[in-house]
Amino acid sequence: MNELQQEIQLQLEKYRLDKIEPTAEADDHAEKFRMEIFNELGELGFTGVTTSEDYDGTGLGYQDLCVVLSELSKSSVSYAVTISVSSMVQGIFSQFANEQQKKKYLPALATGQEIGAFGLTESSAGSDAASLKTTAKKVDGGYILNGSKMFITSGSIASTFIVMARTGGEGAKGISAFIVRNDASGFSVGKKEKKMGWKVSPTTELIFENCFVADENLLAQEGMGFKIAMAALDRGRITIGSIAVGLAERALEESLKYSLERKQFKQEIFNFQGLQFMMADMATELEASRLLVNESARLFDENKNNQKLACMAKLKATDTAMKVTTDGVQIFGGVGYTSEYPMERFMRDAKVLQIVEGSNQIQRLVIARNLQKQYSI
Amino acid sequence: MWFFTEEERELQQLCRNFAKNELAPFAEQHDHDESFNLAAFKKMGEIGVLGITADPEYGGVGMGATAATIVMEEFGKACPASTLSYLAHSMLTINNIQMNGSEQQKAKYLPKLITGEHIGCMAMSEPDYGSDALGIQTKATLNSDHYIINGTKMWITNAPYADICYIYTRSGKDKKDLTTFILEKEKGQFEVGKAIHKMGMRGSPTSELVLDKVKIPIEHRVGAEGDSTIHMMRNLEIERITISGISLGIAQACVDQCLQYANERKQFGKTLGKFQLIQKMVAEMATETEMMRSFLYNVCKEYDNGNKGPTSAAMVKLALPKMVTKIALDAIQLHGGYGYSREFPLERLMRDNKLNEIGAGTNEVMILIIAKNLLKAQQEKMQ
Repeated sequence: MNELQQEIQLQLEKYRLDKIEPTAEADDHAEKFRMEIFNELGELGFTGVTTSEDYDGTGLGYQDLCVVLSELSKSSVSYAVTISVSSMVQGIFSQFANEQQKKKYLPALATGQEIGAFGLTESSAGSDAASLKTTAKKVDGGYILNGSKMFITSGSIASTFIVMARTGGEGAKGISAFIVRNDASGFSVGKKEKKMGWKVSPTTELIFENCFVADENLLAQEGMGFKIAMAALDRGRITIGSIAVGLAERALEESLKYSLERKQFKQEIFNFQGLQFMMADMATELEASRLLVNESARLFDENKNNQKLACMAKLKATDTAMKVTTDGVQIFGGVGYTSEYPMERFMRDAKVLQIVEGSNQIQRLVIARNLQKQYSI
Repeated sequence: MWFFTEEERELQQLCRNFAKNELAPFAEQHDHDESFNLAAFKKMGEIGVLGITADPEYGGVGMGATAATIVMEEFGKACPASTLSYLAHSMLTINNIQMNGSEQQKAKYLPKLITGEHIGCMAMSEPDYGSDALGIQTKATLNSDHYIINGTKMWITNAPYADICYIYTRSGKDKKDLTTFILEKEKGQFEVGKAIHKMGMRGSPTSELVLDKVKIPIEHRVGAEGDSTIHMMRNLEIERITISGISLGIAQACVDQCLQYANERKQFGKTLGKFQLIQKMVAEMATETEMMRSFLYNVCKEYDNGNKGPTSAAMVKLALPKMVTKIALDAIQLHGGYGYSREFPLERLMRDNKLNEIGAGTNEVMILIIAKNLLKAQQEKMQ
């Protein structure tokens, strides 16, 4: 980490321990998102890390964003993922929006006054995103959107959505991306999902019933939607990877501290080789994940995005977070299974990291496709 | 299994129907509310399974570990939490009293436990003594015709609802100076302490148990002073075998749900079952489930035939819960976002199963036992 990143980490560590950690458990139980925390993270410059200073962002890179998300995930994966998705939306604006659109929407997102969300998944279109059914029919002066979106992170707290809808025929080329505000007529937030984890981050349906979107809210051109969605995932893989790294790091730290304190058979349980081997593996997998994520972020910052490596980083880091948190519960034994310690929450929060931003099955497909390309004559 | 008796097959069908009607429809709600399906528990008494291993003399069915495991598997498919409470009642309490209690104690306690009029719990663990069970510190001091018991017990399944508690205490300085008692709630012989909020098995109430210098007449003692380790040994195997049955039920529920979803859900224009990656997941989890079933019921039959073995019971307990956590995680993964939502039972099944890697002896303690027994047996051969 460079000096700036160390500074960011220290500042954020202090903030999360003061403001997030004390209520993390209760908020998980109550499924309560606190907008004031998001706003404060915005004031500290953490909600628009990669957005240019021209639009009130912090003007840093993905490596820096990874530091932010990893640190935040040590106390709350939910706030980290809210920032991750909102940053992804800003990334899409920065790359694909016109000047007017950037000026209009980016500052509020970058400063954390508003939250951005991304509407791609539908009830019948998950991994197979290109089969989405929400339609956008061209009318005078704009488009009429009809359909619904499923599993949308920040669905009920976001103000600005990027929504993928079909303007043309079947398949990826018929999809376009639109900017939709939460106050648009014909737009409503549907049912809130009851989930295993990520409970502080609301996941909802989005419903479009003859929702009018003006021409000026089309992103890039018609038919660019799928390309935009894939560009979003390029970012999402890296940021989800960094969240997984932060979560695993916290779980390992807690496991180490506990195993050095807890005594059974008149000695610290750390003294048992069974536990030593578990923790040696946890630490090794964690470092491997961190290096993969950092390298992917570095390449992205240098405009040399390596899709295969980013997929590997997402796959490895999230599988590691799952394993490390599961083993963490095991090391704590009975108390790890209770809500008195955060380990069981970490484990519940870890699972969905293997599913979002391209499930780990899809990451494997993309890695394999890249390998095939690389080795085909 | 091909070797199930006619009676065991009938039991399996009975439990399957019961689970479908009385457990499955309510499992999600009880998980969400952290509440106990008391109605179903009472009905378990009506269909006779609470006394599955108890003597017919006291109202029991007099069947063995195979039968008890069949109940666990069938109930476990629908609601592992209710099944855990069933286990704490029927295996940890009833079977313990059956194995170790005096005629008088059996006649006094078993009938009401078997009908479900009374609910039982077993108390061993303490805040500072979990895996190190022989280190427990709850003290029982003899004072002419009664004992004074003082201490706190932790992780007690069913405690908030329990009428009867089968409890282990320390009665002397030596490591094995442990004495067992049967306590009655009605007589104020134990108090329910702090409720414990858990990741899973939320439909099975767990709390601390507080013994604040309670006066316990000597007739509540089970066996003689210092008999606890013998008592523990007599019941541990069936506990480890039957809790593994819950995991087997969870695995089967995951396999069934995955097969159904893989045939229904379409992505990229075809059902998930057409993708090799998905085929690998379902094929492996189904294969592992069959392996576990063969292993588990084989150990059950050996147990029922009198070939008891602490090593094989520990092996079952090590192998199953661990494998099933992996299966349940894969089942969530196969269902994607839906698997993570509470619309499907998978995330609950995964949370529930994790307990089985910790309760009734952690994986790590099973490893210690298995290795110790195997190494010792080899040393004996070498001498």
